[in-house]
This record gives sequence, structure tokens and C-alpha cells, in this order.
Amino acid sequence: MINNVCIPVGPVHPALKEPIKFKFDVEGEKIVGVDVDMGYNHRGIERAGMERNFVQGLYLAERVCGICSFSHPFAYCRAVENAANIEVPERANYIRSIIAELERVHSHLLWAGVAAHEIGFDSVLFLVWKNREKVLDILEEITGNRINYAMLMIGGVRRDIPDEQRAKLHKVVDYYAETLSAVEEVFMNDKTIQLRTRNVGVLTKEEALALEAVGPTARASGVKKDIRFDQPYAAYTDADVKPVVPEKAVGDVFDRIWVRLEEVKQSLGLITQFVDEMPSGELVSEKSVIKLLADLSRVEGEGIGRHEAPRGEVTHYVLLKSQQTPFTWKMRAPTYNNVMPWYPMFRDTELADAPIIAASIDPCIACADRVTVVTGAHTSELTNIELHKKSLEKTRRLQNG
Amino acid sequence: MEALKKSLWVFHINTGGCNGCDIEIIAALTPRYDTERFGIKLVGSPRHADVLLVTGPVTRKMKSKLLRVYKQTPDPKVVMVVGNCGSTKGVFHHHYHVVGPVDKIIPVDVYVPGCPPRPEAIIYGVAKAWEKLEGEA
Ligand code: SF4
Repeated sequence: MINNVCIPVGPVHPALKEPIKFKFDVEGEKIVGVDVDMGYNHRGIERAGMERNFVQGLYLAERVCGICSFSHPFAYCRAVENAANIEVPERANYIRSIIAELERVHSHLLWAGVAAHEIGFDSVLFLVWKNREKVLDILEEITGNRINYAMLMIGGVRRDIPDEQRAKLHKVVDYYAETLSAVEEVFMNDKTIQLRTRNVGVLTKEEALALEAVGPTARASGVKKDIRFDQPYAAYTDADVKPVVPEKAVGDVFDRIWVRLEEVKQSLGLITQFVDEMPSGELVSEKSVIKLLADLSRVEGEGIGRHEAPRGEVTHYVLLKSQQTPFTWKMRAPTYNNVMPWYPMFRDTELADAPIIAASIDPCIACADRVTVVTGAHTSELTNIELHKKSLEKTRRLQNG
Repeated sequence: MEALKKSLWVFHINTGGCNGCDIEIIAALTPRYDTERFGIKLVGSPRHADVLLVTGPVTRKMKSKLLRVYKQTPDPKVVMVVGNCGSTKGVFHHHYHVVGPVDKIIPVDVYVPGCPPRPEAIIYGVAKAWEKLEGEA
């Protein structure tokens, strides 16, 4: 009888840039069990946010994750606005949505490159990342930074999109209309990619629903789930956003690639629409930051902000209790939901497929690491083993029941 | 030492940063900036590296891992920190789970400030690291 061998991977490893540890139980080449150890990236952002004022919190929310550096502050702003009943001007709503869609384009292209890299297809990585630079250029021109845009303000946005930049945005959309087909061609038709991604890491619709997968991971399994569609907000109320779901969803890695590439096209369409229909008006509801902070420090109540980030729904919750800082701040990142679906995906696959499956949910560990158990005043992490055991039990319960 | 003059191999470790710096590092490798033409490349193991590139403010859980990777990198080596949060803890100062900055844990030779720094700045930092190795040779 062959004994199971446990192969630890990580937390520092070349495949994913962020620290996370996998323990694979393998029988020969087959994965029979997997254990995920997280928390290496936990920085205690929520706790620190409760000691800083609302505008400083914005800065902090942006640094939850560099790839979705618009989504977290967006959800945070919406939560605070929700609690304080702040009305956001229409123009600001449009600008927010445009940046959010630009971010989706950059994030999905980034992912497509990483996915190609995971299966050893580096020329595609370079092709896609070359294309991606264009959207970073326009983001830099509008916001002043390639990553971490500092575009949001509670009650609006900090910067306008003037007319000449609107013309440039159209040019960017045209550029992608031309170049995206080459990327699509490779991903949809290349034999290597087909062989490596079809029927690999399958997550069925039932599993996706039971494990509460979100974002492209859920949509690739046929679950019609998209906050922009379910609960439209900002400029999405004026747009007709349909969740991108494959016709015959298998829920494999290939479907996840397809969903993301389709979403890039969808985002480009949305950008064109928003840029054309952008109304004129104010950028923020309250111009004076000092007055804004003073107003917020008198608010009592709680608020929730949801946003469809590139990886799925992100939710922020704040509780305000007439003080200068949020009394409670809690966030739930999309990767947090997508960790559990890893179990059915990894089960009974080959060890060699592990990197692409791990990458296929587009994990963002910096977002997801919200809990680390710290005993006493200092270190000695109980790690997440206990937490993890619980979650394993939950998987079993869900699968059996 | 001869080999160092020609190309620098870089090992990258994220000690809990926000990812922003990490993607700019990869962007520096891709066609627009293309550092591979200078022989600069990311390697999969610290044992092959000349430069140890660190991002992130060092979380409690990553501290021992960082030390281990530092010990695994063969001498002579240059340690380079990319980003504000690795250099000074930046926005993550006073966070209970952050024990950095990096230079409190391991000796650092080159700092690249910015949150995140542009790929050009990162390449400039690597060039500085190269100068330093040259000087030691
Ligand atoms: S320096 Fe800024 S962009 Fe870089 S990892 Fe730290 S917080 Fe993120």
C-alpha cells in the first residue's frame, strides 16, 4: 500500500507572489487532500482603521490590495456614505464607475498573463502584459498613479475627467478592440491551453452555490451573480449589466478564462457608455474636508458598502458612534469566499495542475488575510489550524448535506 | 564574482505588502521595460539569487521566513527593499501584526521609495545594487 505523502508548498514560492502555504496530500501524482494555511499577509488593517479618521481610513483601505486598489476604498466609501446618508453627485458616480471598470480591465489582463505563466506559456504572459500597459497609462493620466489611485473621497471623487481625457479614454477602448482579439485567439484556440485547462479544477454549480463562491469563479460555474446586476449602484443603475455566464458552464479553468476575457469586453463597453453619458456637475458632496470630518464625527449608525470587484463581491461594514474614527470596520474580500471552493477544485487532480488551479480563482491573499490568532500580547500564532479544521468540517457537512 | 558583472538574478519575497509593489516588479520584466535584456531576471529559489528583493512591512508570521530566505541566499548578496512600507512601514505603522520595517530584521543595502514605485525606479534600484556588488568585487 502506498502511504500518502504530504508536500508542503510555500509560504514563499515562485508561483504566487504572495505568501500562502498549501499542504498537499498526494498519492503518487494524485492530490487526495489539501490544507491551506493563511495569515502570512495579515497586517491588522481593520484594527488600525478604527484608530484613524475617515479620510486616513481611505488611504488605508486602498492599501488592502494593490491590484483592487479602487474596489476596497470604493466599498469603504459606500459604507460610510450609507451610514451618514451622504448623497453622491451624479458626475462623481460616473467617474467612480469608469475607474472601477478600468481597474477590472487591468486586473483581468494581469490575471490572464499570470494564468499563462502558471502553465509555462511565458510568451502569452508578455503579450498580455504588453497590452495591459495601455490601461495603466490612462489610469496614470487620470489619477496620477499607476496603482493605488487615491481617486476616492467620501461623498465623491478627488479628480475630474476633463474632456480631453474623455477622448483619450475612447482611444484606449479602440486600442483594446483591436488588440484583444489576438489575446482571445490564443486563449480560445491554442492547443496547449486547451489541454491544460479544460476539465481541470472543476467546480460544479451546486458546489459553487453551497460554498458561496463569488465573482468570475462563481460565474464560470454557471451562477448568475454580480452585484452590478443584483443591486445596481453608482452609474451601473443606468447601464444594463448582465452577469457573464458561459452557455454550457462546466466550471473548469477554461471557463474561468473565458468569463474574464468576456468581462474585459463588457467593461470596455461600459466605459464607452459612461464616458459618453457622463453628466456635468459637482465632484464631491462636501468640498471642505474639515467640515466633512466634523459632520462624520457626529453620525451614529451603521452602513454597508458592496461593490463588484474584479475578483467578486467585496463588502465593507462600518459602525459609527459619534466619534472621529469608525467604531467598527469590517471587510470581506472576494478571495475569502473563494478559498473554500479550492477544495473541490483540487480534489483528485494531478499535482502538476496545482499552480493553475490555485491561480484560477485569482487569489488575492493580501485581501483575504483578515484573521490571525494572536495569543496574549505577543506572537505564538495558533496559526489557522483550528480555524481551518472547522472550515474543513464545514466543507464535509455541506457536501454531505 | 565574474558572473555578477554580467547579470543579476533576483529573488523576490513578499513579506505582507499590498501587492502593488509586486505587480510593478513583474511589470518591470515585461516588454515595455524589459529588464531581461540587461540579464536581470527573477529566479524561483533564493539559492540562485544575487539580489534579494523584499516588499512589504514584515508581518509577525513572515519574520522567520524572511530570516530563513536571507540565510539561504548565497554571499555576496545585496538586499533591496521596494516600497514605502518595507522601508519605513509607511501606512502600516503601529499595526499590531507588523514587526518591520525590513531593516530591523535583516541588513538592507538599497531602498526604493514609493507606494508603489514606478518600474523605472525599481530598475534604477537594481542598477544601484549592481554598483554596490561591483564595488565589493
Ligand atoms: S509600498 Fe505601498 S504599494 Fe508597495 S506593498 Fe507597501 S503599501 Fe503596497
